[in-house]
Amino acid sequence: MRIVAENLNFTYNKKSKFAVDALKDVSLTIEEGSFFGIIGHTGSGKSTFIQHLNGLIPVENGRLTVGDIDLSGKQKEVKKRYKELRAKVGMVFQYPEYQLFAETVFEDVAFGYRNFFPDAQPDEVKTAVFGALSLLGLGAEYLDKSPLDLSGGQKRRVAIAGVLVSNPEVLVLDEPVAGLDPAGKNELMALLHKLHDSKRVKTIVIVSHDMDEVCENCTDVAVFSEGQIVFKGKPEEVFKNVEQMNDLRLGVPVTSFLTDELKKIGVDIDTDFTQKDFIEKIASHYKNNK
Amino acid sequence: MQAIEFKNVSFSYGSEDGRSEVLKNFSLTIKQGSFVALLGRNGSGKSTCAKLINGLLIPNEGTVTVFGMSTAEKDNLFEIRKRAGMVFQNPDNQQIASIVEDDVAFGPENIGLDREEIKKRIDFALKVTGTEGFRDSQVARLSGGQKQRVAIAGAIAISPDILILDESTSMLDPKGRQEVMHVVRTLNKEKGMTVIDITHYMDEAVEADEVLILGDGVVKAQGSPDEIFAKKDIIAECGLELPRSAKIAESLKKAGLPLGDGILTKESLSERLCELLRKI
Amino acid sequence: MLSDVTFGQYYPSNSFVHKLDPRTKILLLIAYIVMIFVAQNFFGLALSLLFLAVAVIFSGVPFTSILKSIKGIIFLVVFTALLNILFYAPKEGDTHLFWIIYLEGLFSAGFLALRLVSLVMGSSLLTLTTTPVSLTDGIESLLSPLKLIKFPVHDLALIMSIALRSIPTLANETERIINAQKARGADFDSGNIISRAKALIPVLIPLLISAFRRGDELGDAMDARCYSGSKVRTKYKKLTFGVRDLVAFLIVCALIAGVILFNIYGAQLWALIASLWS
Repeated sequence: MRIVAENLNFTYNKKSKFAVDALKDVSLTIEEGSFFGIIGHTGSGKSTFIQHLNGLIPVENGRLTVGDIDLSGKQKEVKKRYKELRAKVGMVFQYPEYQLFAETVFEDVAFGYRNFFPDAQPDEVKTAVFGALSLLGLGAEYLDKSPLDLSGGQKRRVAIAGVLVSNPEVLVLDEPVAGLDPAGKNELMALLHKLHDSKRVKTIVIVSHDMDEVCENCTDVAVFSEGQIVFKGKPEEVFKNVEQMNDLRLGVPVTSFLTDELKKIGVDIDTDFTQKDFIEKIASHYKNNK
Repeated sequence: MQAIEFKNVSFSYGSEDGRSEVLKNFSLTIKQGSFVALLGRNGSGKSTCAKLINGLLIPNEGTVTVFGMSTAEKDNLFEIRKRAGMVFQNPDNQQIASIVEDDVAFGPENIGLDREEIKKRIDFALKVTGTEGFRDSQVARLSGGQKQRVAIAGAIAISPDILILDESTSMLDPKGRQEVMHVVRTLNKEKGMTVIDITHYMDEAVEADEVLILGDGVVKAQGSPDEIFAKKDIIAECGLELPRSAKIAESLKKAGLPLGDGILTKESLSERLCELLRKI
Repeated sequence: MLSDVTFGQYYPSNSFVHKLDPRTKILLLIAYIVMIFVAQNFFGLALSLLFLAVAVIFSGVPFTSILKSIKGIIFLVVFTALLNILFYAPKEGDTHLFWIIYLEGLFSAGFLALRLVSLVMGSSLLTLTTTPVSLTDGIESLLSPLKLIKFPVHDLALIMSIALRSIPTLANETERIINAQKARGADFDSGNIISRAKALIPVLIPLLISAFRRGDELGDAMDARCYSGSKVRTKYKKLTFGVRDLVAFLIVCALIAGVILFNIYGAQLWALIASLWS
């Protein structure tokens, strides 16, 4: 599924004195198969944008298509397809563990599946729940536990499983690793890569504040600021704009900072800013010139 | 006198049969005026540690003393809390009043100051935290970083000697984090406030005078950032990681670049790298 | 973005009425209510309404906002009015119109309806011109004599203030959880009442859990900031009466006197008007 937004606009609290333009002429294409990073400060419009993707915020102005679903069409027609859309575009909000409600892990994960496929047989539900949990490295021993008894990191994985259970083609995650410790962060990012590499989820969109994380993990990046997209493209293109990114107070990955500093002393390194590539390029530059 | 002293402290949550022991025979001293970063994986007892300092929790065994006062004595608690302020993790769960000024006044009101003094305290606290502009604003309308700065203002309005940050930056975006850390550094450097920063961000720990790693209920390592981040096995064992620049420096060194030790920040890495590559 | 909806219905402005001490406004409202109930004829009510109209003009609040406040009680007003018309107990000399309807019945129903409407409009002017925070302060201050009989006025005010503070946070949280469950295919808009109520469980339970967690953390935060009940506690914001408040009080006293005069001389006034009419 390809996601295409053209000139998307959105205003909160229209007509009141607290009106806020959250999106101003946002145009963005998210190709199928990409691991897309969305960057921006709180209030930059990125949350508003991702909530458009599964119809949580209806299109007010502009065009938005997700796969073959035109979300900017007649709202009455569009609403009929919300369920289909939401099953295909999974959305994991910030701190998703706060949405857990059922008595057991099984019931909580099954919630989404039963909503999307009301006619599912108990066997199907079971298979889907097992499948989703195992994708997140959670075994059968968790099924009957209360979600409240789990650790923070486990809760979060259960919550993500609750979204994956409907087999979405696109998975959107708003700051998936926020609040986790370094080990927890690395584990979760590795799991997301596994999902993506195995094509279990074709497209992954993450919202992140961490430039290094985006640079290491994403194939494409869009930078939001004050409701507009200021940069979009491959990480190696976007993170070349060191000065502008610093001005936006978003910063750049360490690798891109270093490349920029080296450039100032006349050392030109042609790198895509991933740590692996950066280190290789620096090492070979060093060896060749020594 | 030490600002804070933990002597053989054990603490467990839950029933008496010790369902989950968080701290075991835990000892620790923190000097007045220092900036201490407390690291450890989730569930390693960092927050427990923080709450033991100002008597929100009382140890099962051993003693915690703040400026010589034991938290186990109920009569000490008021005085201890006056001297050790605390800022919590969630920006939304700390403000009592709807308006910034009223919220900052809460602490000074609790310790029974008169109006003139409260006003002075509010003026000071708002100024130091750079939140004067929000004095009459509704707390609910502020950003996360602004709310946390108001929370710091609320804590320092009691004029404590110690400020404990219990993962206070973990729910903020980078801008909010910078704002908060800037305020905290100023308080430490200029006002001599002892700061205990519980955090998952290694980059925050790099700036501390002292870093403590908690794991398995004990202090696994204690020392300057340089010393601590040289102990790679302990870092890995405790579910932590090196600061990003340190990690890259390590890989570069492995690839044959003689960069030397003690690189923890991107500035120092850039300096060494430029120096090395300029020569050739 | 629910948090952006100003709770209560405060209409921000800097008018004379807005600047009155909240205690004055609460007392004036009480006086106004007394006026409405003391008034026994349309003259008294008209005077009360005139007072309200002048207050509204001075407050800068649009009349439509005041009128909107009636919307919620319109059913109640119509219902009580109908009851009054249908169950009017006729006295001798009453004018019978048709069926069981009497002219005096219509009058008394109209009078009652007007009373109710005036009451609600007056109260809404108070909430439109006073922030919930200063309203709490006003109530606390007015109730403070109750401290003598060990009534926990201060704690009550603190609870109210925390509740007010929590509304936007909880509203935000609710919106977030609803969105999260919608994203998981939850449907809140279709089905019968029972299935709709059931659909709310996945929202209410996380909300409840989060409210408890929030309460717990808030408790810790209060303890950490030296809260120990109201014994040593002082108060930063002191309410002070000004000239403005005195003026308002004098006007109201005059008006109450007017209403009483109308009550006494109402019949004569009617007669006078009737004679002028013919």
